[in-house]
Amino acid sequence: MAKKSSSYVTTLLLAPMAIWMTALLILPILVVLVYSFGELAEMGGYKPAFTLAQYANLPARLTAFKNTLVLAPAGTLAAFLIAYPLAYYLARTVEPRRRMILLTLVIVPFWTSFLIRTYAWMFILGGRGIPALLEFIGIEGVRLLNTPTAVLIGIVYGYLPLMVFPIFVSLEKVDESLLEASNDLGASPVRTFLQVTLPLSLPGVATACMIVFILLMGEFLIPALLGGGKVFFIGNALVDLFLQSRNWPFGSAVAITLVVVMLVIVSLYMRMIFKPGKTQDVSMI
Amino acid sequence: MRFYALLVYLFLYIPIGIIVLFSFNAGRHASELQGFSIKWFGIALSNPFVMEALKTSLIVAGTTALLSSIMGTMAALGLQNVRGIVRMIFDSLIYIAIMIPGIVFGIATLVALATALDFINPMLKNIWPIILGEAPRLKLGLISIISAHTLWTTALATVIIRARVQGMDRSLIEASIDLYATPWRTFYQVTLPQIFPGILAAALLNFTLSFDDFIIAFFVAGGRTTLPIYVFASIRRGITPEINAIATMMLIVSLTLLFTSQGLLRKRK
Repeated sequence: MAKKSSSYVTTLLLAPMAIWMTALLILPILVVLVYSFGELAEMGGYKPAFTLAQYANLPARLTAFKNTLVLAPAGTLAAFLIAYPLAYYLARTVEPRRRMILLTLVIVPFWTSFLIRTYAWMFILGGRGIPALLEFIGIEGVRLLNTPTAVLIGIVYGYLPLMVFPIFVSLEKVDESLLEASNDLGASPVRTFLQVTLPLSLPGVATACMIVFILLMGEFLIPALLGGGKVFFIGNALVDLFLQSRNWPFGSAVAITLVVVMLVIVSLYMRMIFKPGKTQDVSMI
Repeated sequence: MRFYALLVYLFLYIPIGIIVLFSFNAGRHASELQGFSIKWFGIALSNPFVMEALKTSLIVAGTTALLSSIMGTMAALGLQNVRGIVRMIFDSLIYIAIMIPGIVFGIATLVALATALDFINPMLKNIWPIILGEAPRLKLGLISIISAHTLWTTALATVIIRARVQGMDRSLIEASIDLYATPWRTFYQVTLPQIFPGILAAALLNFTLSFDDFIIAFFVAGGRTTLPIYVFASIRRGITPEINAIATMMLIVSLTLLFTSQGLLRKRK
C-alpha cells in the first residue's frame, strides 16, 4: 500500500469517532461554557449576555455542593476500606483458578442495572426492611431511608466492584520475590505489608479512588432514590436545572464548575501517578 | 480473611437476590412474601406501557451496539497507524470519555441537539414545500438517545477492540498484501476474522450499557420512555411487585449478554 493512500484510509477510519465526539461532546461543552455566562430568558432557556451572575449565584446550590463534597469522598473512603482487604484476599491468597471465578463474581453486579441495584436498597432500608427487623428485636424508631447513611450505603454498594478491580490488578503485579526478600530479612508480615505490599499497590488504589470519586461527583440515582429529596447531590441539581426548572444558564454554571473540579482532580492524579516512563493500564472488564 | 470475603459477597448479592425473590411473590404488596407465583411477570409483560418502553430500549440498545462497534472498530484500526500528537489526542479523548460521569454526556448531548434543533426547525419551516403540508417539527426522541449512547459507548468499544487488534498476527496481513489482495479484501478475509470476537464482545457489552442506562436517556429522551425511565417513574409512584418482575427480567438480560461477551473475550486469547 502506498504511503499516501494509507494515511488517507487512516483519516477515514478515525473520522467518525472524531466527528461524533467533537459534535456531541467537545462543542457542546463549549456551548455550555458560553451559556454559563448568559442570562435566563423570560420563557426559560438561554438569553445571550456576558455576566458572571450565574457563577455568583452558585451558593444557591451550596447544599448540593456540600453534600457531594462530603459524601463523595466519604463514600470513596468507605468503599476503599471494604474493597482493599477483598482485593488483597483475591490477589495474594486465593489460588489462580478460583481467583478468576471469584473476581468475576465481584465484577458481575457492576454490569447489571445501576437503577435496579439502587432500587434494591430502597427495598431493604425502607420501612418493611431492616427497620422492621430491628423493631422485631426491640429497637424501635430507626429510620434509614432518606438519610445520609442510606446514600452512603448505596454508594459503597454501587461502586465496590469498580474499586476492587484496579486494586486487585496492582496487588497481583506485586513481585513475589520482594515479599520473600522482606521476609528473609526478618520483617514481620505486618511490616512487609506496610513497607512493601501497600506502597506497591498505591497506584491501583489511586486509580480506583479517582474513578469512583469522579463518577460520584455526577451521581444522580443514589441520592434521588435513597436520599429521597433530602440528601441531594450536584447531579440532582443539574437534573432539576436542565429538565425541570429549565434554567439553562445557571445549570451551565453548575455543570462547568463540576467539570472544572473533576479536571483539577484528574490532573492532580496524573501528576501523582503517571511519572515519566511509567504507565498504568486498567481495563474495566 | 475467607469469612470477610464471604461477607462482602453476601453484601453484593443479597440485594439482587431479594429483588429476584420478591418478583415471585404471590401477594399484592411488594414487601410481604405470600407464596410463590409468576403472575407478576405476566402482568408486567401484558402492560402496554412496559412493552412500549421495552421496545424503545431494545431499538436504542441494538442501534447503539451496532453503531458503536462499527465506529470503535474503525477507530481501533485507524489508531494503529498514528503516532505522536494525533495519537495522544485520541488516547486522551477515549480516556476522558470512559471516565466522565454519564450526566455530563446527557447535558452535552441535550445542549448540542436542542441548539441544533432551534436552528434546523425554523429553517425546515422555510424550505418545506407547501404541497407537503405542515413542516415537521423535529424533536428529541429516539435519535437523540441513540446519538448520546453511541457517543458514550464508542470509547469503550475502541478500547476492547484495540486490545484485539494489538494481539493480532501482523505477518498474516503482510502476507495477504504480498499476495496482492486489495486492502478491502485483506480487511475482510484476514483482519476481520481475527478481531471479530472482540467486536462482538464490545457490541454485547455496549448493548448492556445502553439497555441499562438511565441518566443519559433521562436527559435526552424528550417524550420517549425507555425501560429504565419507566422503572424510575414507577418507583417514584410507589413500589409494586410488577417493578420487581421487570427488574428481574432486566437482570437476566444483562447477565446473559455479559457472560456471552466474556466467553467471547476468553476464547482464543
